[in-house]
Amino acid sequence: MPSKEMLLLSSPASLIRAYPFLVVFFQNQPINLLKNEHLKLLHILKEIEEEGSEDTVFEGGHFVDQLQEYILQMEEFSGISSQRVESLTVMPGKDKSGEAENFDALHFRKSTITSIVGPTGSGKSRLLADIEWVAQADTPTSRTILVNNSKPSSDWRFASGKKLVAQLSQNMNFVMDLTVKEFLELHASSRMVANAAQIIDRIIDAANELAGEKFKADTPITSLSGGQSRALMIADTAMLSSSPVVLIDEIENAGIDRKKALEILTGEEKIVLMATHDPILALMADQRIVIKNGGIHKVIQTSAAEKAMLTQLEESDKKMQKLRTMLRSGEAFETLYL
Amino acid sequence: MNLITISGPPSSGKTAVIIKTAESLKMRGIKIGAVKFDCLATEDDIAYEKAGIPVKKGLSGQLCPDHYFVSNIEAVLDWGLKEEFDLLVSESAGLCNRCSPYIKEIKAVCVIDNLSGINTPKKIGPMLRMADIVVITKGDIVSQAEREVFAARVHAVNPTAIVMHINGLTGQGAYELSTLLYDQDQRVNSLKGKKLRFSMPSALCSYCLGETRIGESYQMGNVRKMNLEEK
Ligand SMILES: Nc1nc2c(ncn2[C@@H]2O[C@H](COP(=O)(O)OP(=O)(O)OP(=O)(O)O)[C@@H](O)[C@H]2O)c(=O)[nH]1
Ligand SMILES: [Mg+2]
Repeated sequence: MPSKEMLLLSSPASLIRAYPFLVVFFQNQPINLLKNEHLKLLHILKEIEEEGSEDTVFEGGHFVDQLQEYILQMEEFSGISSQRVESLTVMPGKDKSGEAENFDALHFRKSTITSIVGPTGSGKSRLLADIEWVAQADTPTSRTILVNNSKPSSDWRFASGKKLVAQLSQNMNFVMDLTVKEFLELHASSRMVANAAQIIDRIIDAANELAGEKFKADTPITSLSGGQSRALMIADTAMLSSSPVVLIDEIENAGIDRKKALEILTGEEKIVLMATHDPILALMADQRIVIKNGGIHKVIQTSAAEKAMLTQLEESDKKMQKLRTMLRSGEAFETLYL
Repeated sequence: MNLITISGPPSSGKTAVIIKTAESLKMRGIKIGAVKFDCLATEDDIAYEKAGIPVKKGLSGQLCPDHYFVSNIEAVLDWGLKEEFDLLVSESAGLCNRCSPYIKEIKAVCVIDNLSGINTPKKIGPMLRMADIVVITKGDIVSQAEREVFAARVHAVNPTAIVMHINGLTGQGAYELSTLLYDQDQRVNSLKGKKLRFSMPSALCSYCLGETRIGESYQMGNVRKMNLEEK
């Protein structure tokens, strides 16, 4: 990490050359430090201080501290994100009545799906919060979370660019006024990915495969249909989110191919956790955990018999979907169809 | 007693986050009091009372809420000491982006929400830049991508802060915040001699003092003119 003295003796231009990610940092300063980008920071800061304008909220010493910290964190961040999360492990804690949870160690591996079932208020959110906070026996459940089978770095808690869990839920909306392409470019630039254009194309293709009706790169995100928005959110989270774990809170059974959605996520090596009350989704998972009274009550591996049942369920689901479409378009049902 | 200053733009979720966090703290037997500084009106005192948190409110009226805060915080601290709270939370309105209600050595939290737009972090001054902890709320209504972009902007504006995502409605993340707020060994018995982290907005022109008439001759004190020539 560069010392403060060294930073002060460098110019903004040379710093940006050495650390391209600093563009964002300089852009987010309340004062334009790039006006004389070839002058040494020391001189630029001195000049600002001499001007002493009251209306700019800027303090040189604080700025240099923050600059140094930003470089440190961004360098660490790029180092760590190359180190993949292969698995998460939950070590048992206790339920609401203080009873120990009855399992040895619960593993979530990359490219696998775990469904989480249990009534509302049973403790699903607490489990997810334990994972997000990489609990170390220091939450109300006393659970411990391991990353790649060992005690995780506290960065997973505190580093801002480094969150374990990405979330997808039905209440989420796009609130920005951008086209699909602009939106994905913005996301890609905040992640500083190298091959942005290529990833963006892949995301749009994947999303179009998930949603029935196709959209284009120049479609405004706020005008996407419900199914298209969800499809874009899933594809974007799969391919551009830095978080190794994706938590899904139900996927609505309309306007989107749910099986493909899960395939895209596992294909991108995500650890997928899915809270659901839908038997089809639950059986698409490799295992399911049953939550009761604040604790993990049971872990069930999806059996061969259950997988066979899934095929039947999907068949009848298709029929229901088809009937819905017919109903919407005002057709009469042909009895022979069932 | 611990003192914490919490600030952030209007309706960003400050009260919601404080109340959810207080629930976790109370379970640990920590006694909490709150004070709300606002400008014209607030219903926050009712919300705190409903949550069983003793509260005082101060309305600055014509004054800048920050100035009002700094001239009253000592007395408020004395109230907290008298009530024997373990933790006193001060919530400030954060009405202008130039607000700066933080005190050196007193934990400072800024609450900002995902709906405010990705260019907002840059526009907020010391309230965000000088905070120790930044809480981002309303992540439940925007997409994962928007959350990540917003957090990256906050990080660029304040790389030293701990950034937490909290849902003010369900309280998800509030337990975790509670573990960072209360420090058993911290004792704030007086603020005398302590300093603000950054100077407050200067508000000393005739209009600050109630002038309503428009015209050069009514403009007195700290007045500055726009430059309409410069390109
Ligand atoms: N969906 C959602 N709503 C939230 C969240 N946090 C707060 N809110 C809602 O946002 C509104 C404003 O929350 P408050 O806690 O009153 O905000 P505040 O910052 O204290 O507001 P002032 O003190 O008036 O400036 C309320 O209706 C909250 O219920 C959140 O994480 N998600
Ligand atoms: Mg409030």
